[in-house]
Amino acid sequence: MNRVDVLRDEHLTFAEKILTLKQVEENVIKRSGEIAVVSVDLAAGQDGTSPLAIKVFREMGGGKVWNPDKALLVIDHTYPSASSQISDLHKLMRSFAREQGIRLVEGSVIHQVLLEDYVAPGMLVVGADSHTTTHGALGAFATGIGSTELAAVWLEGSIWLKVPETLRVRLDGSLPKGVYAKDIALAFIGQVGADGANYKSVEWRGDAISKLSVASRATLCNMSMEAGAKNAVVEYDSVAKSYLEEVGRSPFVVVESGKKAEVEEISVDCFKLEPVVAAPSRVDNVKAVREVEGTPIDQAFIGSCTNGRLEDLVEAAKVLRGRKVKDGVRLIVTPASRRVYYEALRLGVLEALFKAGAVITNPTCGACVGTHLGILGEGEVAISSSNRNFIGRMGHPKSQVYLASPATVAASAVRGAISDPRDLL
Amino acid sequence: MSVIRGRAWKFGDNVDTDVIIPFKYKARTLDPKELAEHVMEGLDPEFAKKVKPGDVIVAGKNFGCGSSREQAPLAIKAAGVAAVVAESFARIFFRNAINIGLPVLEVKGISGKVDEGDVVEVDLFAGEVRNATKNVAFKASPLPPTVMEILRAGGLVNYLKRRRKREDQ
Ligand code: SF4
Repeated sequence: MNRVDVLRDEHLTFAEKILTLKQVEENVIKRSGEIAVVSVDLAAGQDGTSPLAIKVFREMGGGKVWNPDKALLVIDHTYPSASSQISDLHKLMRSFAREQGIRLVEGSVIHQVLLEDYVAPGMLVVGADSHTTTHGALGAFATGIGSTELAAVWLEGSIWLKVPETLRVRLDGSLPKGVYAKDIALAFIGQVGADGANYKSVEWRGDAISKLSVASRATLCNMSMEAGAKNAVVEYDSVAKSYLEEVGRSPFVVVESGKKAEVEEISVDCFKLEPVVAAPSRVDNVKAVREVEGTPIDQAFIGSCTNGRLEDLVEAAKVLRGRKVKDGVRLIVTPASRRVYYEALRLGVLEALFKAGAVITNPTCGACVGTHLGILGEGEVAISSSNRNFIGRMGHPKSQVYLASPATVAASAVRGAISDPRDLL
Repeated sequence: MSVIRGRAWKFGDNVDTDVIIPFKYKARTLDPKELAEHVMEGLDPEFAKKVKPGDVIVAGKNFGCGSSREQAPLAIKAAGVAAVVAESFARIFFRNAINIGLPVLEVKGISGKVDEGDVVEVDLFAGEVRNATKNVAFKASPLPPTVMEILRAGGLVNYLKRRRKREDQ
């Protein structure tokens, strides 16, 4: 098997190519459905999953992590800690990182850290966090794993993966005003269902993609997880190229999915889309904003690894500039990373949001996962730019969450009820 | 591992990790016993009290969807549940369950054929699930050899320990 031939093969999918090329022992082409044991380029963990991985690593008899430069730990789920028990888990992570010589980042959301500083096309990334699918935005094969698996990767530097089948989603046309990547993602999940891409590799394609920023692509790949995807990917192009040049990252291998590969294909007409929400309590319970317009809300949240990036805060600010958050409603804005926070500060975006009445928190997962900085009470209703609206996700089991784009969340915060952002743009 | 035999607890489609074990509990403890006290709380607050060691969960499609939290299968296992049989599983939950040694079987059509309280027998290695109360049997989707080896070892920790020992010898 020759590397160059594999890369050029028009009959192999992205997932087949990359998992074939990353094999540790074997040297044969791996087709979907087959198991490949592959080497890992980057293994990341956060404070919800790493403490358990550290415990298991010790049980496995692990001494030294296989390659500390390829491992990353992030404290983001509850940062700064909200209780002494959580502080103890954070301490465990700090001492493990020190002992192993692993880089530990505190106070930025894991996936934003990876996008900003680590991921490159052709990498094989595993993360003990389900939304690791995000990193297909830069052409990597990236997938979520559990804590025990993370421990095993620390030990061996490799993992077994079943080569997924591929679902190609073609996005045609351009997006109307007030409609964003989040609306595309929710419309897609509404169409295929919460398990519509289970175990699959989702390839985002089409002319609409070339116009989307890396941040918007990250939203698509992040949300692909909510349809069950194993990984999601946007092919490397000039947009990704300039992003990587800007952050000064190289070298890497570009892996393109074969044009003649056997895949399942669906398409989404972008010009027909309108702002949508995922209504409680399932991500595939997708409705047009117009259908639920006027539903009163108690909290609006803009943040998370789905939509807490600079462009998201900018879009929210366009809606909120010169307006006020409705009395009695809380608007919580949580930038996804310290870099996002700083840029938004420098550009006056945070000022606009603050003046409108937003509470601006430090970067953390916080409200998204219901641990601190915006926990919902019994019967409360929230609209959120995050990715999950399961029962109890953001607080009380009897609270409700609608998922939407940052612009829709911002418009809803102004009116105190779910609102179509197109009316305020 | 011999055949598992226990009472069935029924759940529907898309049981997610937030209802299996909310983040607020998993954020603060690594103790599976403490997690077990809150298992399935989002759907049935009494479940942790009612479930008995050896019982089996029978569920619909996409069981375990949501986060990568391994605390979800850990809590189920620590509550005494001996196996989970579902129409289908979300992929990370499925991997996590195998890695911690909680048997999981995918059986198409199972949720219509088992009622809560039925006695269910699970033969993991034969890949068979039997409803002893109704006297019907089903075939599970076969597992790849690597996965079977991990389950046979009782999880990934033992599997790797054994393998490393073999390599040392
Ligand atoms: S922001 Fe939310 S979805 Fe993203 S990593 Fe944090 S908890 Fe998970």
